[in-house]
Amino acid sequence: MPLIELKNICKDYPIGDGSVSVLKAVSLTIERGDFVSLMGASGSGKSTLMNILGCLDRPTAGEYWLDGREMTGLSADERAWTRNHRLGFVFQNFNLLPRTTALENVMMPLSYAHEALSEQEERRRAGAMLTRFGLADRFQHHPSQLSGGQQQRVAIARALINRPPVLFADEPTGNLDSRTSEEVLRLFQELNAKEGITIILVTHDAAVARHGGRVIHIRDGMIAAPEEPGGAPPQGEPAA
Amino acid sequence: MKIHRTLFTALRALRRNPMRALLTTLGIVIGVAAVIAMMEIGRGSSESIRSSISSMGANNIMIRPGTVTASGVSFGSGSIKTLVPADCEAILRECPAVRCVTPLIQARAQLVYGSRNWVPSSIYGASETFLDVRDWTELSEGEPFTEHDVRTANRVCLLGQTIARELFQGESPLGKEIRVKNVPFRVIGVLSPKGANMFGMDQDDILVAPWTSIKYRLSGSSMSMVNQSATTASSSRSPGDLYSASSASLYPAASSNSTLSVRFANIDQIYASAVSSAAIPDAISQIASVLRERHRLQPGQPDDFQIGNMTEMLKVLTSTTALMTNLLLCVAFISLVVGGVGIMNIMLVSVTERTREIGLRMAVGARARDILRQFLIESVVLCLAGGAIGILLGHGGSLLVKQVLKWPVATSPGAILAAVAVSATVGVVFGFYPAWKASRMDPIEALRYE
Repeated sequence: MPLIELKNICKDYPIGDGSVSVLKAVSLTIERGDFVSLMGASGSGKSTLMNILGCLDRPTAGEYWLDGREMTGLSADERAWTRNHRLGFVFQNFNLLPRTTALENVMMPLSYAHEALSEQEERRRAGAMLTRFGLADRFQHHPSQLSGGQQQRVAIARALINRPPVLFADEPTGNLDSRTSEEVLRLFQELNAKEGITIILVTHDAAVARHGGRVIHIRDGMIAAPEEPGGAPPQGEPAA
Repeated sequence: MKIHRTLFTALRALRRNPMRALLTTLGIVIGVAAVIAMMEIGRGSSESIRSSISSMGANNIMIRPGTVTASGVSFGSGSIKTLVPADCEAILRECPAVRCVTPLIQARAQLVYGSRNWVPSSIYGASETFLDVRDWTELSEGEPFTEHDVRTANRVCLLGQTIARELFQGESPLGKEIRVKNVPFRVIGVLSPKGANMFGMDQDDILVAPWTSIKYRLSGSSMSMVNQSATTASSSRSPGDLYSASSASLYPAASSNSTLSVRFANIDQIYASAVSSAAIPDAISQIASVLRERHRLQPGQPDDFQIGNMTEMLKVLTSTTALMTNLLLCVAFISLVVGGVGIMNIMLVSVTERTREIGLRMAVGARARDILRQFLIESVVLCLAGGAIGILLGHGGSLLVKQVLKWPVATSPGAILAAVAVSATVGVVFGFYPAWKASRMDPIEALRYE
């Protein structure tokens, strides 16, 4: 059973009397442990696709299966639960809470998790996460006291604190210099290889996209001709 | 998400921008401070109005003997003497609504000092509690007479300001002897000025002495002198009556050293003071039942005494207090609404400013109600903190007023409690709309917000 399976996903935005089609019947399968780069120019629909994959948005039509569950019919609270437990997000501008310590930033998703952990346990987990990303001496630093690369590593720690199987990264290197970008991308590769975390990376930069095991090109709301080294996307039948 | 965690989150969020939090809560701070200060100063004022009205005698209860009717002719109040000193003790002992009580003997006599003389409008024989009953415990000089003076019928007296002025013309009356109906009395104190009462009678034209001294050392009963018909009436009454007017003359003046037996003495009036003006109705019914029992009156038999109070003054007192309270409530309400609108305003700004944060929280799994609760608690915390600061400021302000302007203030725990409750309510009511707005945000839009 594939981890993610999209079937004929369409997304229309109403504009005036009519509507504009951003995604036109996108079908896609991502296996557990994949490192996929979604690549496309701005306006190609890659961000919309990622929002749908990330359960932040709902498609106008089509089916989205995540780990054997249909996502499009879920209520807002169920989607929030899914985002909390199954998905992690890393953003271009890091989106860390200002004037809040790195540790507290990493702890934040835990507070929305259903199982109630003690404050101590939350701190311990967040501390372990930061230590793992080389920020052991930065627990009490505020985002403004951290470099871009450090901020992004805090954001990655936050995204992975609930141990989700999937990590979404939306232009994660857009605000970083090339050396730090390389570090962050290598970190993704490591997470993918060692921990089997499925990574979906959205970028417009071919050099960044090449770090993924598989590159999917989006053009005008459709998946363009496959040219990834990992072979054509399999069109398997849905397991359910 | 547990509630105390939400509380910490709210506190952290507020701490991130302490200046704005302070400015936001300023409306509530000022509102609550105004309420507390107004309440304390207002309560102090109404307390002092209350005490000045009750010093006019609003809390007093007058118990007079009943009337006697002979051959269809009523002789009016006081024409029969049914009250004895033991009634006083019983009232004090058995009526919890009565604070203190004194017997009262009235007399009218000429005072002579040196070459001057004066007839005061009232000569009162009373017990040592008289000044307490009349809210007149402050003397301008000297000391009040004591229980010992009363028991031994000492010839000592207190003078009102008018008498002191008329007889002594500026020199101190303390320790001087004046003659009351040719009986020498030593002046041991001068009462503080009280002025005229509500009917224009000069209340300072008064001499107060132990009731035993007035009763036994001044010849005869005062009432019989005032009301000749009463003497006739009581002398014609049935011999079996326990309390007859003539019994007073059975006890002639004894030597000043012996303790007097007061068992069969009659008194003209009993003056009682209720614990508060609100307790007056209770006090009256308690006194009535005690006296009926002591006078062995059967059910259905009319009272042989009359109880009167200062109804008119009481009305003034209650309406003044009610007016004061309502005025303060209006002021309090308006300032808190203004403060609440201020909170709502800034919370809306805060929600807009933190759009990205809201989007992020939603992206990592916050549900709409988590966001709603977070902002609601933030606004309640803000309001409560504002309320607390307001209480301190208001209390400080009223203490300052007390220090600088010498106005009376009274701490009001009720107002403090109300301020806390109201500021929490304001937080919920005015924080709800911004919080609701935050919870309805689209996470994608919110994340993209610059």
